[in-house]
Amino acid sequence: MAEHQVGRRSQPVATVRGVAGPIRSIERAAAVLRLLGGAGRPLGLRELAAALDLPPPTAHGIVRTLCAVGFVDQDPDTARYRLGPGLRELRAGGWDRHELRARAMDWSDSLAGSTGLAVVLGVPDGAAVRLVHHVFRPDGSPQRIRTGAVQPLHATAAGKCLLAFAPLGLPPLRALRLDRYTGRTCTGAGALQEQLALARRRGWTTDHGEYEPGVGGAAAALRSGGGLVVGALGVCGPVEELFGSGAELRPRLAGELAAAAREVSATLGAPG
Amino acid sequence: MSPDRVVAAIDQGTTSTRCLLFHRSGRMLAVARREHRQHYPRSGWVEHDAEEIWRNVARVVPAALRRAGLTPDSIVALGIANQRETTVVWDRHTGAPLTRAITWQDTRTDGVVARLVADGHGALFTSICGLTPATYFAGPRLRWLLDHVPGARAGAEAGDVLFGTMESWLIWNLTGGPDGGRHVTDVTNASRTMLMDLRTKTWSEPLLEVLRVPRAMLPEIRPNAQVYGTCRSVLPGVPVAGALGDQQAALVGQACFAPGEVKCTYGTGAFLLMNTGGAIAESTHGLIATVGYELGEARAYALEGAIAVTGALVQWFRDALGMITTAAEIETLASSVPDNGGCYIVPAFSGLYSPRWHPEARGVMVGLTSFVTRGHLARAVLEATGWQTREVVDAMDADSGLPVARLKVDGGMTANHLLMQFVADVLDVPVERPLGSEAVSLGAAYAAGLAVGHWADLEVLRGNWRRAAAWTPRMDPALRAAEHENWSHAVQRSYGWVREPGPE
Repeated sequence: MAEHQVGRRSQPVATVRGVAGPIRSIERAAAVLRLLGGAGRPLGLRELAAALDLPPPTAHGIVRTLCAVGFVDQDPDTARYRLGPGLRELRAGGWDRHELRARAMDWSDSLAGSTGLAVVLGVPDGAAVRLVHHVFRPDGSPQRIRTGAVQPLHATAAGKCLLAFAPLGLPPLRALRLDRYTGRTCTGAGALQEQLALARRRGWTTDHGEYEPGVGGAAAALRSGGGLVVGALGVCGPVEELFGSGAELRPRLAGELAAAAREVSATLGAPG
Repeated sequence: MSPDRVVAAIDQGTTSTRCLLFHRSGRMLAVARREHRQHYPRSGWVEHDAEEIWRNVARVVPAALRRAGLTPDSIVALGIANQRETTVVWDRHTGAPLTRAITWQDTRTDGVVARLVADGHGALFTSICGLTPATYFAGPRLRWLLDHVPGARAGAEAGDVLFGTMESWLIWNLTGGPDGGRHVTDVTNASRTMLMDLRTKTWSEPLLEVLRVPRAMLPEIRPNAQVYGTCRSVLPGVPVAGALGDQQAALVGQACFAPGEVKCTYGTGAFLLMNTGGAIAESTHGLIATVGYELGEARAYALEGAIAVTGALVQWFRDALGMITTAAEIETLASSVPDNGGCYIVPAFSGLYSPRWHPEARGVMVGLTSFVTRGHLARAVLEATGWQTREVVDAMDADSGLPVARLKVDGGMTANHLLMQFVADVLDVPVERPLGSEAVSLGAAYAAGLAVGHWADLEVLRGNWRRAAAWTPRMDPALRAAEHENWSHAVQRSYGWVREPGPE
C-alpha cells in the first residue's frame, strides 16, 4: 500500500507557463499525510522514511514540521506518528473558540492585572465580532460578564482588528452596514479604510467611544501557526484612561497589549 | 527605587512540582514546573519517588528565578503547598527514603482500615481527629509502612526513621536534611493523618496507640505561617515560613477568611472547603471536618466536600469516547444545543462520594431517546459537575448552619463559562473567579509572607483578591427545581450496581 501511495508522487503534474513546478517538500509532506491516513495505525520514523524512500533525517524534518503546524501528532509513549487534530480544524475553519479562550486565559488575566482595564477576546462571527472571553476590570466594581456578546466590526477595537488583519474570514467592507452607535462611530467606508491601513502599520486598532459613549478600547491580533490571525485581544475602559493627548493610545498600554498578544500567539503556535 | 521583593511558593502536586513567584499585589511573576514519575507497582498502588521530587524542587526554584530575572536575595520567604496525605518515611542520618512514598490515591491500606473498623475503633477516630477511617488518609499508610518495610519499625522506635507528608520531607531537606534539618509539619497536613486531635491540634496518644505509631518518628505540628527554619540549599538564607495542604492553601489564596465563605477548586475532581471559623462542624452529611488554617491569631476550621469526578468526566468524554479532541471543545459542543435533551450522566465511576457515600454505585447515562445527540451528552457531562457541586453545597449549608452566599472558584474548569453559568444557576448564588488562577500557590505564598511581615494581615490579602469574572443565577426557579428532581432520579438509578463487594 505504501508503495502505491509513494508512486503517486511521480505522476506528471500540470504546470502553467511562467509558474514554478511542484515544490518537492510539499509533495513529500502530502505523501506523509496520505501514509498516516491510510496506515490505520501510528507509524514510526523508519517506516515513514522507508515508504517514501528518503533518508531518515529528511523524513524527520518533514514530519517534525507537520507536527509543528498540528497536522501530525506524535504519541509520547511510542514516539510513533499519526494524523493530528489540525487536520480536522481545516474544515471547521480554524481554532475552536473555547480552546482559544483556554489558551489565552492566563495572559488575559495578566493583561487585566497590569493595565487595570477589562480584557476581551473576539473572533469573527458572520459580519460581526463575537466575544469569547471577558476578564473584568479588576477594581471590584459591579460588572456583567459579556462572553457570547456579538458586536459590530466597524465600531469596536476588536472588530476593526479582525477587519484589518483577518479580512478573508469576513464579508468585504462594502457589504458591511456601517450603522451609527455614538457620535464618534465611523460610518464612512473611506475613513474606515484609512483607520485599517493605519492599524496595519502600527499593529493595533482603537475605539474612541464609537460603540458605547465614553467607553474606549484597543486591540491587537492573535496569530496561530503560519502567522494566521485567529482572533483579537483587546482592552476596554474609559476613553480618557486609554488615550492621552492628541487622542493617542498611551504607549505603556500599547506595549502591554502587544506583549500579551504576542504571548498568547506563542501558545497558539505562531512563529516567534 | 529598591528592587521588588517577592515571595516564592512551591506547589508540590500529584503530577508535578512547580515554583511560582508572587508580587506583593498577588500577581504571579514567573512559574517553572517539572513532572515526576508515577509508579504503579500493583493494582491500586500509586507511588512517588520522594528523592526525585526533592531533586525537582532544586531545579524548578532556580528556573523560576531565571525566568523572572531575579536572584535569591530578592526572595523574602518561601511557602509550600502540597498534595495531601502522601506519606514518606526516611532515614534521618542518610536522608534516604526507606521506600517510595505512598500517594493519596493508593488504596493498599483497605485492609488496615477495615480492621480498624472491625475492631470497633471507628468512633474513637471520628471523635478525636474528625475523620472516619478511610484509605484516603496518611495514618493507615504509615502503619502499613511500619508493618511491611524491613527495619522501619525498629528504626522509628530508635528515633532513626522519620515520618512526614510531602511538606515535612521538603522542609527537612531545605533546612539542612541530615545536617540539622527541621522536622516539622503544619496543622492542615497533620489534620489529614488520622493521628491528630482536632481540638488540641497535637498528636493523639490514643490514636497513635491504636495505629501503633512510635511517637519519636512524628514531626512537630506547627501553625501555617511561621518561620520553620532557614534554607541551607536551593534558596540559601531564605526563611521557610509557610506550609499548607493544597486545598487549604486554595482557601487562603481565595481569601476565604470569614465564616461561611466557600471556595471550590475544579480539577480532575473538585474540592469545596468552607470556612467554619472557630467551630468544628460535625457533619451528618458525609463531609469532613478539618483545619482551615492557623495564620497568627487568625485560626479557622473548615468543612470539606470532595467530588471524585468532575474534569475527569470531560477527559473520559474526550479520550474514551472520542467525542471531542480537546477539553475546551466540550463547551462548543454543549453550546450547539439549548438544553440536555432529557439526558443525565451520573459519573459514579468508583462509587459516589460526599454527600451520598454509595461505594456500590456505578456510572449511568439515563434519559436516552433517539432525539439525544452528542451535544446533549456534552451538556449532561457539564451538568453533572454542576449538580454534584450543588449537593456538596447543600450539605455544607445543613452541617454548618452558614448559608452559602457566593462560591469562589478556581482551577482549570473555570475556563468553561457555560459550566460556570450552570453552577451559578443550580446553586442560585453568584459564582466568582479571581484574577489569576493560582489560588493554591498563592495561599502558600500568603502564609510565608505573613510570617515574615511582608503582608501585614489578612485584610491586606483580602484587598488583593480581584474579581475577574462573575456569573449570576438566571435560571427560572421552577426549571431549577424540576431539573434537580431529574438529577436526583438519575442518581437513584446509579445505586446498587455492584452487587458483590469489590476486592476490599
